[in-house]
Parts: sequence; structure tokens; C-alpha cells
Amino acid sequence: MILRPHISDIKNIGYYLGKIIIGLGLTMIVPIAIGLTFREINPSLDFLISAEITLLIGVILTRLCRTKEDLNWMQGMIVVSLSWLAAMVLGALPLYLSGHWKSYLDACFEAMSMFTTTGLVLVQGLDYLSYTHNLWRHLGNFIGGQGIAIVALSFFVKGTSGAFKMYVGEGRDERLLPNVINTARFIWLISTVYLILGTLILGIVGMSIGMKPSNAFFHSACIFMAGFDTAGFAPQSQNILYYHSLLFEIVTIVIMLLGTLNFNLHYHMWFGNRKEIWKNIETRTLFFSILFFSFITVVSLNQLGVYPEAIALFRKGFFHLISGHTGTGYTTIYARQFINEWGNLALVGLICAMGLGGCVCSTAGGIKMLRIGIFVKALKQDIKKIILPESAVISQMFHHIKDVFLEDKQVRSALLITLVYLGLYMLGAIIGTWFGYPFLNSLFESTSAAANVGLSCGITNAGMPVALKLTYIFQMWTGRLEFMSVFVLIGFFIAEIRGR
Amino acid sequence: MINHRFKKQITRTILLVSGYWFLVINCFAAPISSEELIQNAREYDGKTVVYKGEVIGDIMVRGGFIWVNVNDGVNAIGIWSKKDLAKDIIYTGGYKSRGDIVEIKGIFHRACLEHGGDLDIHIEELSKIDSGMVIREKVDIVKRNGAFVLLGILSLAMILSQLKLKKIRRQDEIHR
Repeated sequence: MILRPHISDIKNIGYYLGKIIIGLGLTMIVPIAIGLTFREINPSLDFLISAEITLLIGVILTRLCRTKEDLNWMQGMIVVSLSWLAAMVLGALPLYLSGHWKSYLDACFEAMSMFTTTGLVLVQGLDYLSYTHNLWRHLGNFIGGQGIAIVALSFFVKGTSGAFKMYVGEGRDERLLPNVINTARFIWLISTVYLILGTLILGIVGMSIGMKPSNAFFHSACIFMAGFDTAGFAPQSQNILYYHSLLFEIVTIVIMLLGTLNFNLHYHMWFGNRKEIWKNIETRTLFFSILFFSFITVVSLNQLGVYPEAIALFRKGFFHLISGHTGTGYTTIYARQFINEWGNLALVGLICAMGLGGCVCSTAGGIKMLRIGIFVKALKQDIKKIILPESAVISQMFHHIKDVFLEDKQVRSALLITLVYLGLYMLGAIIGTWFGYPFLNSLFESTSAAANVGLSCGITNAGMPVALKLTYIFQMWTGRLEFMSVFVLIGFFIAEIRGR
Repeated sequence: MINHRFKKQITRTILLVSGYWFLVINCFAAPISSEELIQNAREYDGKTVVYKGEVIGDIMVRGGFIWVNVNDGVNAIGIWSKKDLAKDIIYTGGYKSRGDIVEIKGIFHRACLEHGGDLDIHIEELSKIDSGMVIREKVDIVKRNGAFVLLGILSLAMILSQLKLKKIRRQDEIHR
């Protein structure tokens, strides 16, 4: 028997959702400040209007649903999934008001891509977009990368129990510190310190390649936020190609790799445990995976003679492989060049790398390296079982922050999530093919959306079918939240309709 | 008589050849769009092309050369030029300025060996078609008024919310 949700469930959800919406409204003050600094009046007004609407909705929700109760698991999951939808709808407001998006749906697509750190874009005339709106696009990457609910937990939520449920709902289950709010704050600390350092380094590189100082530092802040949070947005339409610089590309590769590492690993490295990076199953798997798929991609590109020199193979082949594998989506070629020039094998290598993704508890999307590492260990254990005598007791261990014995439940959980991801990649590919795009192109774009990568082979544009835009929005959303909270939301609606 | 006919024929031939040449040059001079160049990059690779668009972003000086990016309304393509060839470029396009419109004749590279595989054009000639300018922003009155009205509504909602909260707290204290 399905039980219909109680009014107290809805009140609790509404109250915490309202708090997150208020948090979102307050973050819009940052672009307003930047707009006033650069004397961009109309863009500042866009954000003032959007912040007012967002705050108004947040105040009304918290007022109507006022409660003192903490969240239970179901409510926590629903708050998270709804907060990402609310962030998409409200975060799209200033974008749409700028007039650079053809429809509100396009602005919502961009906002979802921005918060989920995907990087697929539908903006028109990006080269003429104001600093204010550009900052919002990249700040959205930064907020979304840490997790919208984490932003709220860090500043607005008092109860740690409800906070932990929202933290898990955003696809993270590893705590750096015993208290989840302190964990969220530490993630902010790591990201902010890296932001300052990264902006400084990229700014200096920007100036050395001939950019104006103000532009160099603005771009570097934007590129860092989108790179570290594996989003792949850039202030110019040519993305990283705009800079025409090897040095700039090398620095972005480092930033992308830092962003794709587990925050838990950053924590240990910060406190001097540098050996962890070599011992950890995730970093090892990531290293071998990058090696394997770079080999496939670079050899294939070399065979076809796409890039006849080693340096070009590095700057185009390896760069995109890292960009895809880390889930960032930075690019130095035009979208159509993937299809017209790269050849099927290189594309398959890139699609696989995108699908596998980065590390758990990072800003990257995709299946994740820990799960792949667990599969390899499980396979090793099964082979040992066959080879060794039946009486032998076989145990398999792996190192992830601490030594862990491999158990069936870990393999089962990893397998389930992997299967759902593969299903999501296929779903988008089939829908893309349905609309007349070649299968490989559709699979490329679908994997890119669902694994929150953002590389495009040209399907994503303002003229694509509305149903495909909605499909990619759904993929970005579910891919970012790692399904569970979305499934709980669907279950909640079913219970509301069919429950007693 | 023969001489006169010969002269007439020569004049006709010269007129025909020069007319043909004029047509050929004009056909060649028609700018190629960025879409055409990117879509058929292999065909245009290493050939001299004419490309027209607005200079956007930064003029990035690299020694005696510069990088500029030129947007034809669909895509922007990187242009590599000697510094003195591009000395006429003053304005670059962005939110607050319209960039100079330039027509470029240069060699197109699908994957430039000199620049790490970038798709670019190396300039041979550059002519400025139209000068850019600084755009003065006009405040959108509807947006401004809308922002004021919403600010009023938001302030009212917050005041009412606070008053209600105080009332609930007072009632709670009385009950205690």
C-alpha cells in the first residue's frame, strides 16, 4: 500500500526549499556588485529584478511552510531535487532578461547546464554578453559545483541531521569531517583558496599573452570557476581557442585535473598526507583510464593525419581527452570538427572517457572512477576464486582514504549506478537518433549532457527540437544528482496521486 | 583596312580579357563565411581566402605579431597577423563597444602547424570596412520601474513576515 504524503511533509519540503531559494537570491547580489563596478546598468537591473523575484518566492515559501521539524530522508531528497529545478527556473531569469537567449526554455537550459556544471550552451552572441551576465554564468558553475544545497547548508541550515540528508541527495556520501556542515564549509574553503591562486596564475598568463589586465583577471576568474568545477563555460564563444596559447591550455589542464579529484583527497593532501594521491584507488584508476583513452584517441587522430605534429596532437587530442574525462568540456576546436575530422575511433575513445567521468565527491559527473576501480577489483577477486583451490579464503582489499575490504554490497551498488548511467546515455542517444541525428553524434551529445561534460559535436544549438532540449535538461539534472533524489521525487508524486 | 580590323580585334580581346579578369577577381573577393570554412575545412586548408567580420575581445600582441578574433555573426575565427598590418584596428566588439569591421585576405589553416593545430587565418592583407565605436548604454525605463515596484513588494512581504514572526513568538511566550 502506498501512503499519501502528509501535509507536514509538504510544509517541511517547502520551508527548506524556501531557504535554499533565499540563498540563491542572495548570491545574485554578487553580479549586481560587479555590474555596478563595470557600470553596466541594464544588466544590473536584470539581476536586481531577478533577485527580488527570487527572494520574494523564498520569503513567501518559508513564511507559508514555517516549521521547526528537521528533515527526514524522503524530504531531504525531495528538497534537493526540487531545489535544482527551482535554481534552474529562477537562475534563468537574469539570463532571459538580457535578451541573449531566444526563449525562456533556452535560458533554463543554460541555467541547468550552468548549475550542474555541464557546459552546453544556447546563448546567442556570447562575445557581446556583459561582464555581469558572464560572471553569473561562471558563479553558477562555482555554486553548482559545490552543490546548491551545500551552499544553503553552509549558511542557513542549523540542524546537522537534515543537512546530511541534503548532502547525500546531491550525490555525495563522503564526509571529510564528522559534521556535515563543517564538511561543506571545508569544501568552500578549498575551493576559495584554489580560486584565489588559480585566478592569480591564469591572470598573469593572460597578461603575458597580450590581454588587457582587467580582461585577463576577469577571464581568469571565470575560467578558473568553470574549470575547477568541471563546467567548461568560458566568457567567449571560441571557448579556450580564444586565447591561442599553449601555456593557457596547460594551466587549464591542471585546473581541470584538480577539479576532478575527490575533495576528500584534497583534504588529505592539505594536511600533508601526499602519499594518498598515489595509493588511492580512484587516482590510480583515473591515471590508467586517461592513459588508455589518450592512447586510443591520439593514435586514431595520428592515423587519420588529423593533426600531423606531436604538439598539435597534445593540444587537440590530449587536451580534449582530459577535458572530456574530467567532465569539464573545455574546447579548442569548433564543434563540427569532432564529426568532420576526428573519425569514429577517436570519437568513441572520447565518448567512453566522458561517460566514465572523474572522482566521487568531486565536481565531476559520469560513472566515476571509484566504481570502475571497484569493478576491476571484483573481477580480480572472481578470477582468483577460479584459479585458487576451492578451500582458499579469498579477500580483496582496496585503498580509498583507508584500507577497505571489498564486499558484494559495494559491487552491487556500483553496478546499479553504472547501469542507470548507461541507460541514461542510451536514452538521450535514442531520442537524438529519433530526431534524425546520426547515432554516434547523438550518443556523443547525450553522454556529454548526462555525464555533465559539455563538449558538443554541434547538435546543441538554439534551433534543436524542444523535446531534445528537455531531454538534455533532464539528463543534466539526473546525472548531476546521481538519480536517487530524482527517483524519490518521482515516487513522491506517484504517492501523492495513488496513495491512500 | 586590315590594320583597322586587327586593331578592332585587339581592342575587343583586351576588353573581353579584362572583363573576364574583373569578374574572376570579384568572385574570388567574395568573403567566405565561418560556417563554410569550418564545415569544409579540409578543402580550404592552405588556400587563400577572404573573410569578413567584426573584431571582438582582445588584441593580443605576441612579439612582432598579433592575435585577433574576428566574428562574422556566427563564429569567431582567430587571425594571426603582423603587428603593422593590423595597426588600423582600434575598436574591438564587446558589451560596451562595436568592433571594427574588417575584411581579411589570408591563408586558411584547418590545423595550423605553427599554432598547435588551431583553425586560423594568417593575414596577407587587411582592410578596415567600417569603424567601430563605443556604445552608450541607455537605461531601460521598464526594467528600472519594475525593479522599484518589486523592491516595494519585497520590502512589504519581509515586514509582514517579521511582524507575523514576532506575533507567533509572543504567543509562544504567553503559552509558556
